[in-house]
Amino acid sequence: MRIAFKTSYDTDIDFHEHWNNRFWIIALVVVMALLPFIVSEYYLAEVANTLIFSLAGMGLMLLVGHTGQVSLGHAAFLAIGAYTDAALMNAGWPFLIAFPVAGLAAGLFGALIAIPAVRLSGIYLAIATLAVFVIVEEIIILAEPITGGVGGLFAPTIEIFGLSFDRYANLSNFYWLCLVIVVLVTLGYSNLMRSSTGRSFLAVRDSEVSARALGIDVTRTRALAFGLSCAVTGLAGALMGHFIGFFNYELFSIFISINLLLVVTIGGLGFIQGAFLGAILITAMPQIIAILRDGLNATAGIDLGSIPGLDTIIFSLILITFIIYEPAGLYGRWLKMRVWWEIFPLARRDMFRRQKSYLKTERQK
Amino acid sequence: MELLQLLFGGIANGCIYGLVALGFVLIYKASEGVNFAQGDMMMLGAFIALGLGNSDQLGLPFGLAVILAMVLMGGVGWGIERVVVRQIFGQPQFALVILTIALGFVLRFVAGSIWGYTPLVLETPFTGKNLQLGGIVLGVADLVTILVTAVLTIGLWAFFAFTRVGLAAQAASQNQMAAYIVGVPVMRVNGLIWGLSGAVATVAGVMYASKGAIDPNIGLLGIKAFAAAVIGGMGSLPGALLGGLLIGVVEPIAGRYAPGEFAAMAPYIIMLVVLVTKPSGLFSQMQAKKV
Repeated sequence: MRIAFKTSYDTDIDFHEHWNNRFWIIALVVVMALLPFIVSEYYLAEVANTLIFSLAGMGLMLLVGHTGQVSLGHAAFLAIGAYTDAALMNAGWPFLIAFPVAGLAAGLFGALIAIPAVRLSGIYLAIATLAVFVIVEEIIILAEPITGGVGGLFAPTIEIFGLSFDRYANLSNFYWLCLVIVVLVTLGYSNLMRSSTGRSFLAVRDSEVSARALGIDVTRTRALAFGLSCAVTGLAGALMGHFIGFFNYELFSIFISINLLLVVTIGGLGFIQGAFLGAILITAMPQIIAILRDGLNATAGIDLGSIPGLDTIIFSLILITFIIYEPAGLYGRWLKMRVWWEIFPLARRDMFRRQKSYLKTERQK
Repeated sequence: MELLQLLFGGIANGCIYGLVALGFVLIYKASEGVNFAQGDMMMLGAFIALGLGNSDQLGLPFGLAVILAMVLMGGVGWGIERVVVRQIFGQPQFALVILTIALGFVLRFVAGSIWGYTPLVLETPFTGKNLQLGGIVLGVADLVTILVTAVLTIGLWAFFAFTRVGLAAQAASQNQMAAYIVGVPVMRVNGLIWGLSGAVATVAGVMYASKGAIDPNIGLLGIKAFAAAVIGGMGSLPGALLGGLLIGVVEPIAGRYAPGEFAAMAPYIIMLVVLVTKPSGLFSQMQAKKV
């Protein structure tokens, strides 16, 4: 059992409650930094992919998990990030400028959308983002001179101060680049969450009316969250473009939006760590399924490869299971296990019981 | 004349959007939840009717096949509520959105494994038959669609306005706790409404299939129907139908007079405009929600 002994009021907003949290995070970052020397190229590429997905997941987590607004169209902002970055770099801009501009473009577009969208709540916002997604997709096809239309676009090699970060020739460099970006964004994100802006996000999520009563400008807060979320997603989109190398609008399908939602829900809504756990699950799952399939084929002679859409159905079933049995996601489950262990003989069954709310509407008819 | 022809085709298409939208509205009216799997329920309904009615499958008469399919899909809808949706009773709306998106994939997988992913054609008594009326061609399938939609909308409206069960469903959606207290079996009513929406989805599916081939991915039409439901205001049955008609009419006309991509965007642009100007739809029933 650990005791966090607080000697000043400042400890309440400390990054980590206890020194060993900090130790484990530093250890994790060190291991991640040393990864290119440990694992083979194939797995390194997979880890880079996971990092990119975590970045996109963090973008959506800020919106869904921390501000309580659902977006079904985040693939659109991935696409905006990827296309802006690739188009600017093709026009000769260096990566160090094109990359932040891509994030900024996605963020500004998101904020622009947010101005009307934040007036909507819940289900209506989800639908509006879906509509935005469809419209963006069609605009990408229409804007052929910039985006390459249906044909697609080539993302040039990243070069910073003469150092190449090519995804194939210098995979380790590309991996480190992703890692640095992810670490920086995570640091910024977790700092944001302990600032007054971050706290106001949580307030808006939990009760809009109460937040307003506390003097929070709800519209501004929601628009800000939307813009920030889109900016982070746009950064992830830019990296994704470089990772894939050559892409067209089909890369950013509605399924990517749903995959991202899966990342945040399975990972654990409202936890930054959840975005990482969800991303690990979603990028590792196709590999695990493939390995299992080969194993089944070799040992029992059952050929699952002949069933189309098997991956999707497994994802869907996992999602349904999580929504029903563990809405707090993987990270929530981990927290419960940790608490159970920390207070060992004292845990009781109903400690984590979910509170049910009964529906009440203001509809007149 | 050409405009009239486009208009007629648009109205018939719009009726199908409207029918799917009716399914959304049914569930929304009863439980304030949104069923994102409605389009896939429509797809599955069409496939079940096809499996029962087509001569190379079970070969039942068309009318019997459709009625059986409606009953079966009613069962599927009821079962989904009973087995899955009831588990998350009392959870935030967001959970139901994600749950039904996942359910949609499951339904698509089921239909795909049974009937395959190649497009199939449903045999109906009115496929390919046309009437000539003063220069414009009226498809019999289109006429039947319009008629069926009108009858269903009026029937459902009457169901919610006059029957005890319909009133109970509305009560349950307005205040679950109070409905419990006055003796409305909220869970049972929800199950019933899900079943009903499965049956309505089947009608929509059969009407859709009477005009062309179907494959397991036609459920994506649900997104467009969704736009229709939103334009009308989620809680209003006539609103859903009008929203569907609006989208159905605008789409072919935009496709005729503007670049092709614009036709695909048009429903969503209309929806965004409606959402921005009247955030809860044209037939709003919502006042500001309190804490």
